[in-house]
This record gives sequence, C-alpha cells and structure tokens, in this order.
Amino acid sequence: MSASSAFSDEKGGSASEPEYGHDPASGGIFSSDYKRHDDLKEMLDSNKDSLKLEAMKRIVAMIARGKNASDLFPAVVKNVACKNIEVKKLVYVYLVRYAEEQQDLALLSISTFQRGLKDPNQLIRASALRVLSSIRVTIIVPIMMLAIKEAASDMSPYVRKTAAHAIPKLHSLDPEQKDQLIEVIEKLLADKTTLVAGSVVMAFEEVCPDRIDLIHKNYRKLCNLLIDVEEWGQVVIINMLTRYARTQFLNPNINESLLEENSEKAFYASDDEEEEDKKAEPATLAKRKPYVMDPDHRLLLRNTKPLLQSRNAAVVMAVAQLYFHLAPKAEVGIIAKALVRLMRSHSEVQYVVLQNVATMSIKRRGMFEPYLKSFYIRSTDPTQIKVLKLEVLTNLANETNISTILREFQTYIKSMDKDFVAASIQAIGRCATNIGEVRDTCLNGLVQLLSNRDELVVAESVVVIKKLLQMQPEQHSDIIKHMAKLIDNIQVPMARASILWLIGEYCEHVPKIAPDVLRKMAKSFTNEEDIVKLQIINLAAKLYLTNSKQSKLLTQYVLNLAKYDQNYDIRDRARFIRQLIVPTDKSGALSKYAKKLFLALKPAPVLESPFKDRDHFQLGSLSHLLNAKAAGYQELPNWPESAPDPSVRNVEVKDSIPDWSKCSSRKDRKEKKVEKPFYSDSEGESGPTESADSDSGSGSASASGSDESGSGSESEESGEETESDEEEEDEEEEKKKRKKLDKTKAKKQAEESAERCTIHTIHQISTFSCFAQTPVLKQPPKQSKKESKKETQEMSLLDLDDSPASASVTPVNFLSSSLVSDLEGLSLTDTILAPTVSSIKMYELLHRIKGEGLAVEYCFSRQPFSPEPNMVAVQIQFTNNTNSETKNLHIEDPRLQSGMRIREFAEIGLQPTGESVTVVMGIDFCDSTQAANFQLCTHTRKFFVSIQPPVGELMTPAFLTENDFKKEQGKLMGMNEILEKLTLGEKCVNEHVIVERVTATANLSRVPCGSDKECRFAGKTVSSGCLVLVTVTTKEGGGAQLTVNCEKMLIGTMLVKDILQALSQ
Amino acid sequence: MIHSLFLINNAGDLFLEKHWKSVISRSVCDYFFEAREKAVEPDNVPPVIRTPHHYLINIYREKIFFVSVIQTEVPPLFVIEFLHRVAETFQDYFGECSESTIKDNVVIVYELLEEMLDNGFPLATESNILKELIRPPTILRSMVNTITGSSNVGETLPTGQLSTIPWRRAGVKYTNNEAYFDVVEEIDAILDKSGTTVFAEIQGVIDACVKLSGMPDLTLSFMNPRLLDDVSFHPCVRYKRWESERVISFVPPDGNFQLMSYHISAQNLVAIPVYVKQNISFFETGSSGRLDITVGPKQTMGKTVEGLVVTVHMPKVVLSANLNATQGTYNYDPVTKILVWDIGKLNPQKLPNLKGSLSLQSGAPKPEENPSLNIDLKIQQLAISGRLGSFISVGCDSLPAGPCDKALLLLTLF
Repeated sequence: MSASSAFSDEKGGSASEPEYGHDPASGGIFSSDYKRHDDLKEMLDSNKDSLKLEAMKRIVAMIARGKNASDLFPAVVKNVACKNIEVKKLVYVYLVRYAEEQQDLALLSISTFQRGLKDPNQLIRASALRVLSSIRVTIIVPIMMLAIKEAASDMSPYVRKTAAHAIPKLHSLDPEQKDQLIEVIEKLLADKTTLVAGSVVMAFEEVCPDRIDLIHKNYRKLCNLLIDVEEWGQVVIINMLTRYARTQFLNPNINESLLEENSEKAFYASDDEEEEDKKAEPATLAKRKPYVMDPDHRLLLRNTKPLLQSRNAAVVMAVAQLYFHLAPKAEVGIIAKALVRLMRSHSEVQYVVLQNVATMSIKRRGMFEPYLKSFYIRSTDPTQIKVLKLEVLTNLANETNISTILREFQTYIKSMDKDFVAASIQAIGRCATNIGEVRDTCLNGLVQLLSNRDELVVAESVVVIKKLLQMQPEQHSDIIKHMAKLIDNIQVPMARASILWLIGEYCEHVPKIAPDVLRKMAKSFTNEEDIVKLQIINLAAKLYLTNSKQSKLLTQYVLNLAKYDQNYDIRDRARFIRQLIVPTDKSGALSKYAKKLFLALKPAPVLESPFKDRDHFQLGSLSHLLNAKAAGYQELPNWPESAPDPSVRNVEVKDSIPDWSKCSSRKDRKEKKVEKPFYSDSEGESGPTESADSDSGSGSASASGSDESGSGSESEESGEETESDEEEEDEEEEKKKRKKLDKTKAKKQAEESAERCTIHTIHQISTFSCFAQTPVLKQPPKQSKKESKKETQEMSLLDLDDSPASASVTPVNFLSSSLVSDLEGLSLTDTILAPTVSSIKMYELLHRIKGEGLAVEYCFSRQPFSPEPNMVAVQIQFTNNTNSETKNLHIEDPRLQSGMRIREFAEIGLQPTGESVTVVMGIDFCDSTQAANFQLCTHTRKFFVSIQPPVGELMTPAFLTENDFKKEQGKLMGMNEILEKLTLGEKCVNEHVIVERVTATANLSRVPCGSDKECRFAGKTVSSGCLVLVTVTTKEGGGAQLTVNCEKMLIGTMLVKDILQALSQ
Repeated sequence: MIHSLFLINNAGDLFLEKHWKSVISRSVCDYFFEAREKAVEPDNVPPVIRTPHHYLINIYREKIFFVSVIQTEVPPLFVIEFLHRVAETFQDYFGECSESTIKDNVVIVYELLEEMLDNGFPLATESNILKELIRPPTILRSMVNTITGSSNVGETLPTGQLSTIPWRRAGVKYTNNEAYFDVVEEIDAILDKSGTTVFAEIQGVIDACVKLSGMPDLTLSFMNPRLLDDVSFHPCVRYKRWESERVISFVPPDGNFQLMSYHISAQNLVAIPVYVKQNISFFETGSSGRLDITVGPKQTMGKTVEGLVVTVHMPKVVLSANLNATQGTYNYDPVTKILVWDIGKLNPQKLPNLKGSLSLQSGAPKPEENPSLNIDLKIQQLAISGRLGSFISVGCDSLPAGPCDKALLLLTLF
C-alpha cells in the first residue's frame, strides 16, 4: 500500500511540474489567481490530512459554484489513495468532474480503483467500480468492460447492483460495446435479488429497450419481486412491464366494440374472480370468441395493485398508467382514488398528475366522477393548476352534474386571477357545446358577462359566444345585435374581430345594423389591430355581396385603405377580395362564385379538449406531458391481434433451483451471516422472494394447462385456482410460516453442515468415503428412488446434503430404508415411543443420522425453570447411538434474536454408548416464537441446532377466580381481544375433550366457571408475565366461539390459530 | 436520467450546480429564466420546460428553484419526486432548506448529491443510509472537527444499503427505548358565502419518532379502519398484511419519519370547528370600503383553538386599511394586497373582531366581488375524524430488549 501510494505520489509530482513551469509565464492579471491555487496546491501536497481536507473542501466549493478548478488536477489526483475517507471522497468528486477534460492525468488514478475492485469488502469493491465507471475516459473502456463483467458475477448483490449502474455509463461512453453489455444485462436480469432488479431494468431501458425477448424468462420473477424493490426501481420496472405486456397479451377490452350488453356480461365473466358468475353466463361466452386473460397478465395487475398505496408519487403514477393501459375497463377505476390523493401533494406533482387525469378523464369519464369535488379550485392554487383543474372539471361534466359544475364556474368567473377567469369562460363554452340541455343557460350567462366591467372577461365571453352562436344563429339575432353595440366599448382585438366576423357572417339576420357597424369601423380602420382589420375587410366583402346598395362605397373605401396598409397580409387580402367581388372586365370566372365562397355555410367549431388523443403517448411520460415525442421515448405498442406464445415465460424449475443453490453456495460465508438475520426478521419481506420460485412454478403449470385444454373457460378456471390458492396461502401464511421456517431452517442447517464439511478436513474424508458408499446402497430399492424424485424438488438440496449422512447410517443397520424421507418417518415413530412424559410432545433437535449417531430431542416440560422464572424450561434428551462414547456435550455460540437469552445446561462430561441423558435448559424467548439458534458441541463435532417454541409453550398457567377472570378480561378489550368462530371437530364432543385439547396446545390452567357451555383458561406469558385469557363457548350443533384476550396481539393471534386447529381436528 | 442540477434563488442567482454525467453549460438555465420572467409568480413557472436539446424539470421550494436537466424520456414525476426528496434531505440535515444553509454547508450538500444519484439514477435516498454515509452537521461536531480535523464522512461503511430493509440502520442501540406517534389531521374545506360547506375532507398523517434498539417489528392497528378512505404508506409497511388484516405492520426506520397518510372523505364526519361572520363592502362613491370580520367557535369539543390566522386577498384597488382588532394583530401589505390578521388563541367569551375602513384607489371602479378569506387554525389533542384516533393501538411483534426490559410505547395524539 505504502509503496504504491509513493508511486502515485511521484507520478503526480512529476506531472504537476510542467504546471509550475507555466506559472511564471502567465500574465500578471492571472498571477493572483494562480497564487491562490498555489496555496491550495501546497495544502494538497502537505502531509497533514486536515490541510488536505480543507483544500479539497475549498475546491469542491469552487466546483459547486461553477468555477473552473481544472488546473489543480495533478495536485488533486495524487491524493486519490489518501487514507482519510473524506479526502478520498472529495477527490472522487473532483475526479469525476474533471477526468473528461484531463484524460491523460486521470489515467494515473485508475490503478487505485483497479486495486479497489479486488478488495475483500463488498462496499469498497462497489465504490471503486462506481468511480471507475464514472470517469469518462475512452481509453479505459476495456478496463471498465472487464470490471463490469467481473462485478456482474460478484457474490455481493450490492456490487452487482453497481455493475448494473455502470452499464449505461459505459454504453454512453462507447456505444460499440452494446453487444457485450447486453450479455451482461441478460445475466443480471436473471438475478433474483431485489437490490439488483431496479438497476438492471434501468440499464436495460437505456441500452436495449427493444430487446423484449430478454424479459420473457424473467417476467414472472420481476412481477413477484416488484413490491420489495426500492421505489425508484419500481417506477422503471413498471414502465417497462407496461410496454412488455402490450406486446405479449391480448387487449382485455377487445370485446368493448361488440354489443354493449353482451360485452358488459363478458367483462363480468372474464374479470370476476368468482366462479359462479362465470358459470352463469356460459352461453354468452360460448357464442363469441371468448377473451381469456393470460394468467401472467393477471399476475402483473395483481402485483402492482398494492403499490398504489406507495408514498412515492412516481410509483403511484406508474401503476396508474399501467392500469390505464393494461387493465380491463372494469378494473381501471381503482386508480382514481390514488391519483386524487396525489392532488394533495406539491404543486409540481399536482401539475403532472392533473395533466394525466385530464387525458384519462376524456376516455374514462366515469372513473373520476365520484371525485368531482376534489377538482374544485382553491383560491390558493397557482394559475396553471387552476386551469388544469378546469380542464378536468369540463371533461367530467355531464347532464347530471352540470348544474353543480356551472355553479362552481360562476364563482370562478369572479376570481381576481384574470387568466383563470378567461379559462373559466372557455370552460363554460365547452360545457355548453358538449351538453345540449344547458346551452341556452350558458349562453344567457355569457351574455350577462358582456356587461361585466372587466374588459378581459367581456372579450373572452365574446369569443366564446361567437363559437356558440355558430351552432344556431337564427335564434339569437338579438344577441348579435347586443354584441354589435359592444363594439364601441370593447378594445380587445380578438373580441372586436369576433364581433365583426359574427355580424358579417349573419348580416342577413341584422340587415340594419351591419352597414352601420361597417361605417363605424371604416372610420377607425387605420387605428385597428391587424386581426381586426382583416375582419373589417371580411365584413365589407360580405356586405357588398348581400347588400351592395348600402355598402358599396364603404367597401371601396375600406379596400382602398387596406391597399396602402403597412401589413402585407392585409394588402394581399384587399387585393384578393377586390378582384373577387368587384366585377371588372378582367375578373375571372371566380367572381361568379364569390357569394358562394364567402357566405358558404360554415361548420360550427368543435370545442375540444387539448388533451384529446393524448393517450397515444404512454401516460406519465415526459412525451405525454409535452404532447411531443421526447428523445428516447419508446412507443407504447398496440395490442397484438393474437397472443404470442405464452410459454416463453415459462421458467424451468429444474434449472432455476440448482441455480439458486449455486448462488447461495457461492456466497461468501461472512456475508451470508449478515443477511440471514434479515431473512428471519422480516418474514414479510422474504416471503415473496422465496415464493417467487414456487409462484412461477404454479403459474407455468396453469399456463401449460391452458395450452393443452384450449377451451377458454377451463384454462381460466385453472388460472383462478392458482390465484385462490395463492390467496389462501396468504391467509394461512401465519400458520404455514412456522412450517416454512422449519423447512428453511432445515435447509440452512443442511447448507451449514455442508460448509462445515469443507472446513473440517478430517470430516471431509469421512464424507467422501460415505459418498462412495451411497450409490451402492441406493440402487436396490429402485421404485422408491423414483418416488423420491417425484417429491418436491425443493428437497433436492436436502437430499444432496443428507446423502452422505444417510450413508453413515449403515453401521447402525438401517439398510431397508435408505431414503431420507423414509428414515424420517421411521425416526418419528421412534420419537413418539420415546418420550418420558407421554402427554408432552417431543421435538427433534438433531436427527441421529445427521448427528452421526447422536440423537437429540427436546420437549417443553412445562415445569417452571427454577434458576430464572422468566425462562421457558426445555428438556433435552441425548441418546448416544454411536459405537463410541460422546464426551463434553455442551452448548456454544448461541445466536439469538436481540433480547433472547439462554441458560445452558451443565456440560455432560461423558455419555456411554446406547444411553440416554436428560438435561434441562432455560431459554428466554422474549415472548416471541423466534427460534433460538445455537451450536451443540461434542468433543469432535459441532452441530447447528435451533429450538422454536410453539406459542402455547411461551406461557405458564395462572390461577384466577371467575371474578378475577372477568375483571381481567374486561381490561383486555378492543384490539387485545380476538374473536373467532369455529366448528368443533368430530371428537370434540364434550367439555373434557375441549379442555384436554386446549391445555395440550397451550400451557394454560382452567378457570372455574359456572356455565357448562363455557370453558375458560388463563395463563401468563413466561418472560413478561402478560395475561393470556382463553374462553371457548360451545353452541348447539357443534359450533363454538373462541375468545382470546392478550395484551400481546401477536401471541394472541398465533394462539387463536393453534387452538382453532386443535379444536377443529 | 437526471443530468445536472442547478439551484437558483428567487432573485435569479445560480448558486450551486452539480453534474452527474458530462458537464452541461449553465447557459441552459436561460430558458428557465425566460419562463420564470413570463410566469410573474414563482408558483406559476411550468414544472417542465422544453428547450431545443434538453428538458428542464424544476420544483420551487423554500424560495429556491431546483432545476434539473434531462436529456431523454423519463417520467416527470420521477424527477419531481426525487427533487423534493433532495429538498427534504437538506431540511433533515440542516434544519431548514434555504439558500444560506446550503451555501454554508456546500461540501456536505455536494457529498449528499453525489451519494443520492449515480449516473442520474437514484442510489441512496433513505435518510437512514445517508446519515450513515455522511453525518449531519451539529455545532458540537463542527467544533470538534475544526480542532481535531476529523471529518463528517462516516468511517464505517453503511450496511443499510446491503440489506433488504434499506431504510433501517443496523445495530441501533438506545438506553431508553421509546416510540412516539403523532396523528396530525387537517381538514380542508371550502365554504360558500353563507357558511355552507361546499367541500370538505380530512387528510391525516401519522408521524412517527421511533427510537428502538435492534430490529423491532411493530404493528399499529385501528379500531375502525373502514373510516380510512385512502391510505399511503412508507415503504417499510407490509402491504399484504394491510390488505388482509388491516393492520399496519412494519420494521420502522430509525428516527423520525412519516409512517402513513390517510384520507377521510366522509362528509358527515367533518365538523368545521369555527365560524366566521364577515361583512366586506365597498362604497360606490368616496373610494372607501368597510370591513368587519368576527370569528367564533363552532364545534371544538371543548378544546381551545390556537394559531388562528385569517388571510384576505384584497382586490387590487385597495390601497390601505385602517382597522381595529380586538385581539391579535393585523398587517396589510399594499404590494401583495394581502391582509393578514393573526389572532392566536380563540377566546370563546370574547370573540375576536376586526373592524374598520378600507381606502381605495380614487377613481377606480369599485371591485365587484368580495375577496375570499382563508382561515388557518390549530387544535391540539383533537382528532377531527373523532373515532379514529382514540382507538389506535400499537403492538410489537418483536421488540428488542434493551437495558430496560419492556420497551416504552407512548402514543400522543395531536
């Protein structure tokens, strides 16, 4: 280390020399500047870290202000190997900023990072890669490529994440590397950790967004991981999956265009989770080409739905757009609530959300109607928000709510914000055109506004009225007259122009006024704005055609004025019109048609929302917001006509499992230790990750089912089945969790023991010899071998690790059953016979096979543990089945959840062959069902074992009177009370059985009770002494109600489940 | 994704720039200044500005514009949300997010920005991780640092980034284990002139301050979760558990955070705690007007109303106000035309009243519309949604046993 830093120092020194050389040569003006930098250089060269730090801080401050600090590069770069972390970090900041400008010098730092890439600490590896990839120097592209490739197969997920981040950096530096990078992306896409998922999809989007084929195999995994990915990754993944789904699945609304009624039914049939509905309509389904949602499509919708509850507005928006683009019409509604929630956020968020809501509300008006009032305008909203809200309100207006909306609009018109008032008037106009019933009301309202004192209001009303009048001019000649009068007062050009156009267009309705208006306008022609002038010419032309007697001279006058106007548009127009309307000998054929040209019936303008048809852009995207394609925008593909092969997404379970095992075995032992507590701690988090495999398995099964069956309804059923299965799983998660934990624990043990094998070389030899024996042993019972294969593949790991163990059984003569499962079964029957107290259940701590002859079982003796009353007494029975004595049996290295404690039993010095020894140890489980892990050591070996208590064993009986019981129960109401109804099992016929079952499940004592329909039990949790009260009330016909009152809710819920199970069996 | 960030103050000075990819000249901000000028009010600057080669996405917070430069398609909300997260991080670190604090702590700001984004993609935005990487400045630490020359950068490498629970630091230890939950509810209501409620809703947040050792796993449940119309959660909350059991189960971050926000739209639950009698009139002649506002309690459930402030946006023609307040102070800003009457505590015995005359610009026509009033108030110890708050209970699945055996859980209601 020291040598290398010296090396870089030297280099840096020599490199900086030319800089000094320049110094005297530079002009006097700059010398002061150089001097200042000189003192920084001096500080950087000093040996004191504090000086270096001070210098770096000043340099970074310069960078932050945008000042150029590039001439310090040589002085800074040699500190890249500085030991002080902050200096180092600031040097990195500097390096990344200026490396591009000083490529040659930047190369000096590369070796430091390359060394960092090999560091045993994953965080240092990651940060080295991060800085290395951020230096935009083309020469190091091969080095970067190599580093990324290496990091992509690093055992630390964090380093792999950094590798994913580095991919787009390299791609932007050198697009030539694309092909190689895609390979890395493909590899990282297969990664199963949440940490990597978001980053790699981001890299995918930047490098090869069109390579949809890379997603197929990872689709289900991404869906399942999604909820645990960090927020920013979620946004990227959801956006990508939206595009993916558009290419792979069928349009769920495909039947929308079919008969309204039928399609309604079809929606119910295809969307409803309940089977009944579907069966009710089989006939309708059969008639048409049925739409069946791909289970993978459903998976995506289901897994993104909870994210609508995210605190991150971007995530919510991403899910909303996914539902808008992908979900069946009936389901899109759920996003409205979440979007309305975002309206409470910062105004920038509101702005973006409202834009999207405006687009959505055109297509799916019903969705936002219930939230109409949320779009009411507040006086404190910024104008741009107000205008957008108006847009949404206008889109939502229909016959039923128009009156309330119009009332709102009326108040808006009185606002002091003039831009907003103008927008409100336009909104009224749009409501009037869209909804015929209120057209007259709106028109009247607008006409009233014409007498408003504010000119802007009047002008805007005029423009809107003009548009409205075009729809039915005959009826409104008095309004036109009224407006003609306004021309004297209104100064806003647009409004004047509108009035003139109206009068010209409908001059037949106001034959007396029109020429008079023209007279007035001719007088003021020269002072008008251009657009008014154009309309004056128009008016003159139209009047000339209809009423040439009165207006001939006026028209001539106006045209003459226009002829010499400064604006060429107006001059052109005048020349054109003169030729057209004034008959001369030269005038061509067109003048005959002048009247037709000018007074043709013009179609009424359609007042449309500017957000119409914006939904061809993916919602929530920048392009949608700008209504223009932004660079790098990926078009949202149209739905395919027929669904592409869904089997591409099938992942072969066989492949994936060895992969997983490989991955885990590749992991550094140390890191594994870090990660494990998280797994067991956050079951909620680890749940989905673990289940990813099994989920995809079930998904693929159902997909293949649909392939085979071909008929829609059947495959749908299967899809639903898997769904309901999963839901059940969720419900029963609590229940199953323990089992699962046991399983994973077994797995862990197995793995760990495997690791041990490699560590203890002595043992390794024995294992190998065992291996040699196994095949011989396993061959004879062929049939059972097949069976074992059929068994869940999850077992494969266990199998592998246990096989040496099973071989080691041979000396004990268990020949007939070499299969692990069989063995387990056998030993189980053994244990049932073994226990000392017949009513107490024995649990296996160490199987005799795994323990190489040492079998350990434990039970909860339900005796108070005398040395420490708040510990649970665990009785452990050791049976030595080996041929030799076991010595020094003791506990080592307990790994416990924080707060848990163990009181070890005294070391067992010597245990002869074939004998059993029973000891008692105490464990304080802290009233949780978390397992206590520790090592069981003999003189030769160590075994990892864990004890996990059933919830019922975490308590001791408490003796209460009936009154006390009632009193305590009264205190534990509300959240602390759990009520559950159940049907008693067949055998639970009398009170006696119930009492037996309950006390067997939990260590409780019975409380006397007057009624024979009720059984009461009481206990206290061992470590904290919280009361646990259980009441079972039997009812007629085998029904019963179970009440558990406990301050510790978790204990309460788990206890309820256990007792329920015990009673309903 | 995000190329560069520029911080610009209200006066239009660019005082900080940070680039995550190649350097983009600050002249790109000229487009922003143009839009800023056009918008008049800083609120009205469009959040997304299009320039020939870039897109500028900006937010306005604490009198600072955070202008980010984008080159390719990216969800705008993604950037906006991130920028707000940056501002919140600054606030978290320095107590406030203002130009002066940013300038004072420019090195820390720079280090933070460096950690938060990698190549324009968010890397570490959880405050728990960031605080492990870069320690927030305190007076004591800055003194120690100047003397000993030690640094603000964490010596230990952050393990939080590696875990599946990135929001929580590992190895947290407290001598007193405690957790506080504040329930803050806001009513947002629009009333019409006669005092009828046009629209009202309750928006609530639960802020938590959790100081527990180890990896606690908490649950929080409501007696009546059906009241909650809509909720959003901190990422630490398990969605599944909420969907199935309506229980909020979470491993909390260390320190302060917002656990959830909820929304109650049931109109009948919303009781507006005060009423306002107002009479503002402008005379046809004499360019003057009269103002009379009285505030009184309506449904306060025995609690005192505090922090009562009435804000009136006056029409442009109002030049000055000559008023008399029986309680509190009033202030009329003739430039912004905003009248602020800070009442403070509401005394039900003697209702506060603001009365007096307004003088208008002579010659100008009288404003036709009366101004709207904004009323802000605070009530401590009262959840407006009533039933919800009193039934919140906190449980713990696995609590660490610190030096004190039973962790202390306190529930405070505001």
